[in-house]
Amino acid sequence: MFMPEPYQIHQRLDALADCPHWQRLTEGYRNMQLIRTFDKKAVNLQRTGQLGTYASCLGAEAIATAGGMALAREDYFVPYYRDHATQYLRGVPLYQILQYWGGDERGNAFPADTPASRDLPNCVPIATQLPQAAGIATKAKLTHEHAAVLATCGDGATSRGDFYETLNVAGVWQLPLVVMVNNNQWAISVPGQLQTASRSIAHKAEAAGIEGIRVDGNDLPALLEVLDYALDKARHGKGATLVEAISYRLSDHTTADDASRYRKASELHTAWQHEPIARLRQALVNARQWDAEQETLWQQHCRDVVDDAVKTYLEHPPQMPADMLDHLYATLPASLGRQRQTLSRQQGDPHA
Amino acid sequence: MHNAQQRPQHALPLNLVEAINRALFQAMSDDHRVVLLGEDIATNGGVFRATEGLKAHFGFRRVMDTPLAENLIAGLSVGMASQGLKPVAEIQFMGFIYAALEQLISHAARLRHRTRGRLSCPLVIRAPFGGGIHAPEHHSESTEALFAHVPGLRVVIPSSPARAYGLLRAAISCPDPVLFLEPKRLYRLQRLPVDLDDVPLPLDRCFTLRPGEDITLVSWGAMIHETLAAADHLAQAGIKAEVIDVATLNPLDRDTLVASVSKTGRAVIVHEAPFTGGFGAEIAATLASDALMQLRAPVTRVTGYDTPMPYFAMEREYMPSVERIVEAAKQQMEY
Repeated sequence: MFMPEPYQIHQRLDALADCPHWQRLTEGYRNMQLIRTFDKKAVNLQRTGQLGTYASCLGAEAIATAGGMALAREDYFVPYYRDHATQYLRGVPLYQILQYWGGDERGNAFPADTPASRDLPNCVPIATQLPQAAGIATKAKLTHEHAAVLATCGDGATSRGDFYETLNVAGVWQLPLVVMVNNNQWAISVPGQLQTASRSIAHKAEAAGIEGIRVDGNDLPALLEVLDYALDKARHGKGATLVEAISYRLSDHTTADDASRYRKASELHTAWQHEPIARLRQALVNARQWDAEQETLWQQHCRDVVDDAVKTYLEHPPQMPADMLDHLYATLPASLGRQRQTLSRQQGDPHA
Repeated sequence: MHNAQQRPQHALPLNLVEAINRALFQAMSDDHRVVLLGEDIATNGGVFRATEGLKAHFGFRRVMDTPLAENLIAGLSVGMASQGLKPVAEIQFMGFIYAALEQLISHAARLRHRTRGRLSCPLVIRAPFGGGIHAPEHHSESTEALFAHVPGLRVVIPSSPARAYGLLRAAISCPDPVLFLEPKRLYRLQRLPVDLDDVPLPLDRCFTLRPGEDITLVSWGAMIHETLAAADHLAQAGIKAEVIDVATLNPLDRDTLVASVSKTGRAVIVHEAPFTGGFGAEIAATLASDALMQLRAPVTRVTGYDTPMPYFAMEREYMPSVERIVEAAKQQMEY
């Protein structure tokens, strides 16, 4: 049973000898590879004008995969916008993730028969998803659900009032909430030391009277242990947890950013030495849980799955212009009838 | 305030804040998904006592005192509403609502839209607004136009105890987010009969409070009081004024407004909020485009001034008066 050491960075990859969960780790490895393949493709799609501005998850694969694997079906997930792996593991098809970043809100209409069906969509305004996650946790508590809420954000988000207000209410109301910060060292161009003078981000839990845990965000087994612990605690009514997962953003902030303006190449080079996928692969190979042949086969599989998703995304018929009004209200108010007619004419609807 | 043991059954004389309390009580009795949250609303019953007795009756799980953070209150409400609860949150005064703007604009108003209907946000934010009660600084603003500009967010304003009761019940039943602004000057102004068995009143509709042929007076909230008084004055001068309570600012019931002004040919719009960019401008533009050929005089607006709501020593000078409305109407008649 994992017991967190207060504010010590929890690591597990270097001490896996007694790991009883090899199958879970190889499954996690496969997911991380798949999402990295997807991520590369998404960046390429943006570069060739087939996707909008896209937030890469390069370097966040372990964090988001651990989130997706640790969550139970009846739990809730409240993402920021670098959680493609979690969304995929919750049941959002890859083509819908592309659809979202392709500027089409149909990408947020997650399939009804998946754990993602109640999850919130990506949240672009920083940290605003956190009080909402507290609201969902309040609902879960009021209705006596055996469920936890996992919300994610970046290190920049921890400067916002929303972050503090959320931790504060989670402490007062003993909410079944886990807030996981992907501390990837950068909020676009602003580094961590300009974001906070706190000893660590996890220490910010102290003021709210909840538990704060630090974990190596490039270490899948460590992340799984921490999240299993925190989510289980939440489901059993034992309160909220702040998890600081320390990683490094190996990508630009988004495809609209150029990190070479503010980040040293040498720093990026060093960060690549600790990236989550190679580290996990090495540990699995050392333990004879993975080999070169499996690697080749799996990489081919990833390419096939991603190519398939891209095809589905690109072949999807466009939306109707009137959709923008039709989904705004449960029932379109009479006063918007005229605007809807104008939009319908734009789509050449003969019935308009 | 209400007798919790006794289910209301008849028309009762209630003031506006009592009507709010009754509507909350009824909605919570009818639907277990309705929960209340806000500052000082549980044990204290709200600073205006709108939620008095509700915690005692429904328990602290459904009537929640939150930590003091308006942004949090709105965010909690969005989260709850996204998962099927029907939160009714109180923001203690409209002057403190701005911290909640991001949650309302970026999330509540567009959650259904951006998930293509997978999730929705049936929340109500209640906030007392407007001046005239000699309140502290930042306690008397009327910034409804800021919110009426947000697609997907309904802005509903009652002007009598009966409409407070009927419209709040409708707002809570509404499957989409509603900002429910309560004219606090009317909270305890007078007790009028409220039929508690009535079906909820319709949203998105104006109410014609007084029929007339000569001129249309358009207003909402507390200013309805001055506007009706102005119509009485005009009647003494032989001018028959039609008085329309807009009630739902957005979506706006343009048809009722255009029909009335098509009949009278004249319109005076009255609001407490500042002139420039006030919601009266939207109504004036609607009349100018949709009733131009029927207009016999330019549309006039009688409003607050383009200044911050003055601290209470000068609020009388700021607020539109019966005299200003009457004068504007008479000028229209002589145009």
